Order: sequence, then structure tokens, then C-alpha cells
Amino acid sequence: MSLFSNITLGQYYPGASLLHRMDPRAKILALPLVMIMVLLADGTAGFIMSGIPVLLALLLAGIPPGTYWRGLKPLWAILLIGLAIQSLTYPGEKLWQWGMLSVSREGFILGMKLSYRLSLLILSTMLLTMTTTPMNLTAALEKLLQPLKKFGVPAHELAMMMTIALRFVPTLLEEAEAVMKAQQARGGSVSTGNLNQRLRASVALLVPLLAGSIRRADELAMAMEARGYRGDTGRTRLKQFKYRPVDIIVLTVLIALTIVVAADRWA
Amino acid sequence: MRVSNRKKVICLQGVSYSYPGTNNRIVLDNINLDVHAGEMLVLLGPNGSGKSTLARLMNGLLAPSCGQVLVDGLNTADDTSLWQVRKKVGMVFQNPDNQLVAATVEEELAFGMENLGFPPEEMMKRIREISARMQLDELLNFPPHRLSGGQKQRVAIASVLAIEPQALVLDEPTSMLDPAGRREVISELNRLKQSGKTVVLVTHDMTEAITADRIVVLVQGKAAFMGPPRECFSRVAWLQEIGLEIPPAAELARRIRGKGLVVPQDLYHVADWVEYLCQES
Repeated sequence: MSLFSNITLGQYYPGASLLHRMDPRAKILALPLVMIMVLLADGTAGFIMSGIPVLLALLLAGIPPGTYWRGLKPLWAILLIGLAIQSLTYPGEKLWQWGMLSVSREGFILGMKLSYRLSLLILSTMLLTMTTTPMNLTAALEKLLQPLKKFGVPAHELAMMMTIALRFVPTLLEEAEAVMKAQQARGGSVSTGNLNQRLRASVALLVPLLAGSIRRADELAMAMEARGYRGDTGRTRLKQFKYRPVDIIVLTVLIALTIVVAADRWA
Repeated sequence: MRVSNRKKVICLQGVSYSYPGTNNRIVLDNINLDVHAGEMLVLLGPNGSGKSTLARLMNGLLAPSCGQVLVDGLNTADDTSLWQVRKKVGMVFQNPDNQLVAATVEEELAFGMENLGFPPEEMMKRIREISARMQLDELLNFPPHRLSGGQKQRVAIASVLAIEPQALVLDEPTSMLDPAGRREVISELNRLKQSGKTVVLVTHDMTEAITADRIVVLVQGKAAFMGPPRECFSRVAWLQEIGLEIPPAAELARRIRGKGLVVPQDLYHVADWVEYLCQES
């Protein structure tokens, strides 16, 4: 069995929660609403209101908290650096001083706000990708972009490109592994030697990989054409999406909340 | 089997082909060939003899440089009927990895039907039927990279059969598979043949060729032989001269004869041997 055979694409976490069962289109539409809300929020009331939908969704998704934690892990550094820069550079009432460094009260609060907003944004995006398969995501995106076709947005082509890219990631990884092994067998290695040697070795890996994918693309195009593919002229879809009451309710509530948060900010 | 008075599904009339930009080097030279409904036609030939090119001419992936190809009466060179042609003649390719488009088996089976504008309910129905018939129902939610080579090729065959083409053209479908995958695909081909599907199989595997109703041997772009398998495999010296092997069972009979033993001329298949040996004892 291959090294990459158990790879799972994206972060999809299988489940049957309310969030999993929602129409992917509704989930995609909900994301910008949540984002606007989080970015508009100002003051305690606003922050609480914009946090509630995300927290509620986190609880409803039925995904163990550890999984979110692992998802956030690579981003902790960014959150902390953001907080540090804000509190160290923003002028204001000094909370704490050590030599040339001083933490201002205003800066610290600003930094905390920034971290709060960033983690809500990251968590809401994670929720979308964890509760929706990549396949449903692309199909829903295609459906949502459909009206923009009049303005020249290639909705179907974009979705088809994403589908094919997702489909071929494991295949290309397998091929990369094969090339790597073939080169190791002849004494080449990508993982040893100094930087220069490693760079050279990775060129020897990338060139056959690139040549291989061009050949694949050619054969795939031929196979698609043989099966009557001609863009989205006269094309129907197996997957049909249907908005259910829950989708409408969620979107309505989110729109209402966004308006309230916006009103709170400018009131 | 008499096939001459049956309906012609694919009709090649004086077909020649040369790839553009190759100084008019002829790949196929004046081929006249009819594929009849319900027959299994095998295209044999050494590498570079034009087998794959001939297969690609049969559903309009390539248009002939000379002559014409008619599929159920439709000219493949006519752009307006090209999609009709591709609905009538399905095609399976050599590399199982490079012909699956979708993220799951279910979507793959739907792909051809989606292209041709089938309503979703009809697609569901056909996917259920075909996956049950070809024992793919448990794989419906699998992504292609979790399938074995043989399974991938069976999915490719199933997804072409889903649009119910009149004929199926397979371009060396087993040449990139391991022995187990090869057996899987061959038994699928035999089932297809028994169900009366029109099949054109491009191969250089002689054990696959022996099951054909008719064999066409291509040599340097010319149809050098056209006839039943037995007649084809009786021309041992000629086959070897053009670089084709003869089926193992026939080779065995030839060598035994070479040792001075008397065995009949027409043992081409393991089944022939079984019949012959059982009858002797």
C-alpha cells in the first residue's frame, strides 16, 4: 500500500449533525454574513452577538473540540504575534514597562479584539470545510455563481477545475512517491544534503511530475470528450440541492443579527 | 456465426488517417470495415500499427483524413451530430487513472449522463441498476484513488454503459493492470459479450483475442487480415513474422507437434485442450 493511500482531502469530518445536513449553498452564504458581523462588531454587546452564532455552530456540528484545537494550532503564532505587536506599539496608558518595551492598555485591548475576531473568522471557515465535502462545496459554488455567468464568470469551468484538481491530488502524490523512490534507488535523495543539493534533487522530482501531469491532462481531456463533455451546454447535474426551512431560518437569523450588530456599531 | 446480414453499427468506408504535422505519414491506409450489431470484434496489431487510431476514429475523437466513418448512419466528421455519435459509441481507455473525472464512483457513473443532459431521477435509477449489475454498489461513495486498477477499469466500463451506447470500444483496457485486475476486466468483457453488446476490443493479448467473433489484424495501417479467430491463429508463421505472439494454448499444440506427437490443428484455447484431452481418455 502506498504511503499516501489514507490521505483525506480537505478537513471534512464525517457526521450527520444539523450543520452537516444543511444545504451547502446556505452554508456558503452564511459564511460572509458571519464574517461581516464579526468585522463590524464593536463594543461588548456587538462582540457577544457576533460570537454566539459561531459558538452555537461549533456545539451543533458534533465535532470533538480537540479537532478544532488541532485546526487552530498553526495559527496560534499569528494570533500571539498580532497581540504582541498591537500592545507593544499602540500609544496609551502604560500597563507594564520593561526597559524600552512598554505595553499600553489601549493596545492590549485592541490586540485582544483582533485575536477574538481572527479566531472567530478562522473557526467559521473551518466549520464550513469540516461539515461539507469538497464535492458538495464545488457543486454548491457552481450553483451560486450561476447567475454571474451573464457577466462572464465561468462558473461551471471553475467548479470543474476544482473537481479535477481535488480528484488528482492523491494520484499526483502517488506519482511523486514513485518518482522519489526511483531516485532514491539510484542514490538521489530530497531529504539529505545541504540546501543547494536538496533544491537540485527537488528539480529532478518536479520535472517528471510536471511532464506526467501534462500527459495526464491530455488523456483526461480525450476521455471527457469521448463521454460527451462539452462544457455546460445542455448539462444536467446528479446532485440537486434544495433549501429546507432550517436553511432559510438560519440565513434569516444571521441577516437579522448582522443588521443589529451594524446598528449597534453606528448607533 | 453469420453476422453479415445484421445491422451495421459502425461503418468505415475507405478510411485513411495521418496525424497533422507528421509530413502526411499514413497511420491508417484505406480501411474498409463494418462492425455489426452484437458482435465482438478484436483489433490486433503490433505497436504502431494504428489500432488505437482506428478505435478513436470510431466515435469521432478523430476525423478521417480520407473516406468516412458512419455510426448508425451518422457521419463522425459532421460536428452537428458528433454528440449523437458519442452517445452511440462509448469508449474505454488504457490508463484507468486518466479517464476517471469525478470525486466518487457515483459521480463518475453520472458524468456521461450529466453531459448528455439526463434528468436527475433517471440518472439515479440507472446508477442503481448498473451498480447492482456490475457489483459496484458498495463502492459508490469511494474516491477513485481508493480503488484497485481492475475496479477503476470496471467503473470506467460501467460509466460508459450507463448512457446505454449501441457499441463499446475498448482501447487496451487490460494492458496496465495486474493479473487479478486483468481477470476482473476480462470476465466483465465476457459478460458484455453474452449480453449481446457490440464490442470492439483493441488488444495485443492473444488470450483476449481468442474470444472474439471476428479478428482484424492491422499491419502498418493496413487491414492485413479479417476473419474468425481460428483462421487467424492458424497462420502461425505469418503472425510471428509481423511480431505477434500466438495464444499460449496454440503455441503448446505447435511445440508438441514439433516433438513428433500427433495433436489436432485447431487447439487454440484452454477449453479446446480440455475437450480434446477428455475425449481421448
